[in-house]
Parts: sequence; C-alpha cells; structure tokens
Amino acid sequence: MAVVETRKLTKVFKQGELGAVNEVDLETREGEFLVFLGPSGSGKTTLLRMIAGLESPTAGEILIGGKVVNDLTPRERRIAMVFQSYALYPHLTVYKNIAFPLKAQNVPKNLHKEKVEWASSLLGIGGLLQRKPRELSGGERQRVALARAIVREPSVFLLDEPLSNLDAKLRLSAREELERFHRRVGTTTIYVTHDQVEAMAMGDRVMVLNKGVVRQLGTPKDVYDDPADTFVATFLGSPPMNLVENEGSIVGFRPEHFRLSEDIKESAKVVFKFRVENVEYLGAEFILAGFLVGGKMDGKKVIARLLLGHSFQIGMTYDFAIAERHLKFFDRTTEKKMAARALTWQ
Amino acid sequence: MAVGAVTKPVGGAKIKSAGSAISPLLGFAMFSPAVVYIALLIGAPFCLAIFYAFSDARIGGGPLHYVGFENFRSILQSPSFRSALKNSIIFTVAAQIIVMVCANILSIALEKPFRGRGLVRYLILLPWVAPVSLGTIGWKWILDSIYSVITWVLIWLGFVNKYSPPMWLGQEGLAITSVILVHCWRLIPFSTVILLAGRSAIPKEIPEAASIDGAGFWRTLFQINLPIMTPILGVALLFGTIFTFTDLAVVNLLTNGGPYDSTQTLPNLAFTQGIQGSDLAAGAAISVFLVPVLVAIAYLMLRVANRAEVV
Repeated sequence: MAVVETRKLTKVFKQGELGAVNEVDLETREGEFLVFLGPSGSGKTTLLRMIAGLESPTAGEILIGGKVVNDLTPRERRIAMVFQSYALYPHLTVYKNIAFPLKAQNVPKNLHKEKVEWASSLLGIGGLLQRKPRELSGGERQRVALARAIVREPSVFLLDEPLSNLDAKLRLSAREELERFHRRVGTTTIYVTHDQVEAMAMGDRVMVLNKGVVRQLGTPKDVYDDPADTFVATFLGSPPMNLVENEGSIVGFRPEHFRLSEDIKESAKVVFKFRVENVEYLGAEFILAGFLVGGKMDGKKVIARLLLGHSFQIGMTYDFAIAERHLKFFDRTTEKKMAARALTWQ
Repeated sequence: MAVGAVTKPVGGAKIKSAGSAISPLLGFAMFSPAVVYIALLIGAPFCLAIFYAFSDARIGGGPLHYVGFENFRSILQSPSFRSALKNSIIFTVAAQIIVMVCANILSIALEKPFRGRGLVRYLILLPWVAPVSLGTIGWKWILDSIYSVITWVLIWLGFVNKYSPPMWLGQEGLAITSVILVHCWRLIPFSTVILLAGRSAIPKEIPEAASIDGAGFWRTLFQINLPIMTPILGVALLFGTIFTFTDLAVVNLLTNGGPYDSTQTLPNLAFTQGIQGSDLAAGAAISVFLVPVLVAIAYLMLRVANRAEVV
C-alpha cells in the first residue's frame, strides 16, 4: 500500500492553450478511496493517466510511496488500473487474462494458479475462468478487469469510470460490490467518475475538478454541505443548489432546505414568498420550480425539493423559508465561498 | 403491423409492387458484368487449360488427341519442372517471411503520428501502385551486370573488387536472392497497409493495459498485439502467398528463369514451354498443376477472412 502525491502537476497538450491539468497538488491517505469528480473535459482522466504513467506530465512531480516516479514506466510504478472499456485481452481466456500481470512481472509460474484462484474467488468469477471475454456480460467483464488488477497485489488502484459501461440497475449493485471490495482489500484507490452520486456514495474524499483545476477536496459531506465555489455548489446535488444574486454577492441554498415556512421550527430563518410554476411528483418527493415574489430578489427562479405530505397548486404563492445556517454566500466575481452574513432582501 | 397496413395501404402496396417489378431485373443487370467477366476471362481459359492438359495440343497444330496423364508424367520427369516447383516454393516462403517481418516493423513505425508521416506512408505505398513490369525493369537496371548502382556503391565503399563485380542476376545464389528481394520490395507496401489497418483497429487501452500489467515492448507485441491481429496477418500472408506464387512478371523480366533454371518458377516455365516453346499441352499441364495448391490456399484465405469478422 502506498500514498500517491502530486506536486504542481500540469499537463498541456497544445502549447499556448489552457492545460488539461493545471498545477494539481494532491495527497492521498493510506488505504483511502479518493474520487476525482468532474464533468467531461475537466482533466480527471488525464490526471489519472499521468499517475498511471500512460501520459507524461508537462510540469510537476508525481510521487508514489514517497518516491518520485515521473520517469518510471507504468510497470515500475506497481500500480493497477481498470479502464472504462475494461481493456480485457480478447484472445485470452479469463484465466490467462488474470494471469497476464503475473507472467509479465515474472512471478514464479507455480504461484500463478493459486493467485488467479484467489483473485477470481474474491470477485466470484471462479466459474468463468475458461471463457473468452466476448462470452461474458458487462458485469462479468468488469469483475475480470478487477481481478486482473488485484492479482498482482498492487500498491495503488486506479479506476477510470469502471461503472459507466454498465446499465443503471447493474451499476448500483456493482457499486456496492466495489465498496465492499475496497473495504476488504484496503488498497489506496483513486476512482474517476463524472457521476456525483457515485462520488458521494463511494468516496472517503472527493476531489472536484473543472477545467483542469482542483475546485475542492474534502469528504462527501464537506463538498456537499460546504461547497468552495459556485461550480462545486451546482455540480453536486440534483437538482443543484439554488444560486440567487443579491447585493453584490451570490446567495446559495439547497432545494431540500427551501421548505414551507411552517415546517421550519428554527427561529433564525429567512422567509420568502414563493410562487409555484411547475410541480413534479417523483413518488417520494416533489420538485417545485417557481420564483420568489417581492423584495430585491423578486422574480428569481428557484427550485424546492419537498417530501410528500403537502399539496401545491400551480400559480399559487406560498410562504417558504430557509434556516439561516443553510444559507451560503459566494463572491460575485470570483464565485468563491464567503463568510456567512445576514441576508437582507426585503 | 396490422395498424400500419390499415393506415398506409396505398404506399405499402406501391412500394411492394415497384420492388417486385424492378428488383430481379436490376439485380441481374448489376450482377451480369461480373458473371460475364469471370466466365470469359477466367472460367473459359481455365476450362481450356484443363482440356489442353490432357491433350497433345501445340500452337498452330492440327487435330487434338486425348493423351490422358501423359503430359503430367512427362513434366514430372523434367528437371526444369522440378527446379521450378522448388523455386516457386522457396521464393514464396522466403519472401513471405521477410515481408511479414518488415511490414510489421514498418506498421509499428508508422502507427504513431510524427511530422511527415503522410508523406512517408505515400512513398512506402508507391512500389505497390507502380505496375509490376515497370518496377521490375527498374530493378533490372539496379541489378545490371555493368550499370548496377548497388555494385557501384559497394566498389566505392571498398567491399567489392572492381574487376570481378558480383553478377546479381547471373550467379545462382545471387539471382535467387535478387528475385526474392524484388518480390519483397513489391509486397511490403501491400502488407504494411493491411497490418497498419489491423494495428490501428486494436483499442488503444489494450496495449496500455498491458504496459500497466508490466509487459514490455516485446511481450506486448508477441503476446498481445500480434495474436489479436492474427486474422489480419492471415489475410496479408495469404494474399502475399498467392501474389508471389502466381507471379510471372518478376522472374520473366529479371532472369527468365536463369541461370540454368536456378530461378525458374512454375508460371514462367508454363509460359516459356507453352507459349514460347509452342508446347501448349505441357504449358497447360504445368499451369493446372498449381490448381490444387491454390484451391487449398484460397479455401484457407476464406476461412481466415471469416474468422476476422468475429474479433
């Protein structure tokens, strides 16, 4: 097991253009499950590929287990990687796929069988060893890819969107399986995804990236409850955080914190008039879209997310409120987080 | 289906009737040039060759008689035929080995982008685009006993004695080597293009996964890339085999089988005996002798091409 560290890591593909990854400083913790989260083009995969050694950095350093590995080949970094497409060797059986890293790293041949059996039983694919990859389902392929990654007992796991090729139903169970798998092997893992639900559910910590820059690094609770800027605020959460401009700053609040005034028992709350424009019934909850009425924030569009137990009519205005501790403030120009303050909007 | 038929009965009927009226005729019309071409230029000569092989046909000769396997018996006894058969096999096998190795190296070199790659790819393809006869005549000059640039360079470098230069096409071993060399020169571009296509069809992640798994260049090449490319390699190999085995132009123009039949091949022997030597029956028998071999190769080729679709 090992810690992965990057220092001012930068990758520029075309000179003169903005880098795909810009001066990323990062340090994983021992045995941690770290998630790189960002939209496509945010540089998360490039960052992962640099750590793997598949892409050479333009500037900066990569350290694995305290050693600079910039000039080491992927093989010498002792890492394992699972690709989005799994990249199984199509001409080899599952057994030979899993045994390939052992062969390539000159592990004595008499140990192969035992290790392959250990890895395949860990992932429950012991019965598939004689099949070819094309005879496997998506979920089975993913497990083979994981088994191939774990068999060499790597110091770090790199996973590049390993669930995105699975259908929605399978993705949920595969996610649980991955979590359990990580708990069992305890290897430092870096996981790349654009899916915020995956990131929140699986990550010990989440690193949010946009345009090659780290926007925030923290626990899922940190990045959700206390976003560092408006990008993180809107990228996490569905529906995203409401952002409303008011007096030179941007005020943010989560749709689930914007509730009927009578339901908020706290005294420190800000009350709004909210006119409902659209109601979506989602079974367990309502999504209300509408706008604020009156004061300086008149006409601003906001979304509320409520549990069942009320009924709303389109076109009607209701008294809504937010507890003051749930209000977030962002600078209007830098869009960075600001200290909490009193909200005057009347 | 029923609903569709009710709402759009006219359109459906129209398309159907139009289709049934036109398609058989149109299909036949589009198909027939190929049938006529194959029947007249391949089928008829082929049948004629089999017919002649069992007769005593001569150019300008009189009535034909059936002679059974007499022609085959006589060519099998001829030393020219035996050396032609041997050489055909040697040329084919040797050229294919060299072509496969070189085409692999070239396809690896040309895979990654670099400045001027387009130009290099174009230049490499040129030998394949040029007519065989023109290319071979060019080689005849390069390998000429007096004007050879290769000899000239070797003399200049001091490797070769000015007064006894090598006779590239006049000494047995050198002539065989020269013929193989020209075959390679001609086939390498073709195989390179096929292998390049096969190589770029491998998803980029697979060799990347191999490098992360700890495989170096050679292991990735021999245990990952080449096995994945097997069907494509098979196609390149079998096409190359057929092109070399049936080629007349290179040997005919370069050495015409000499010296002393040391570079004689079956196609050239069939041509010299059958057409130039007027012994049509013997020429036909030599040509027909190739058929079973080529049928086997064609069968293999189709099987490999079929397998290629699976991967």
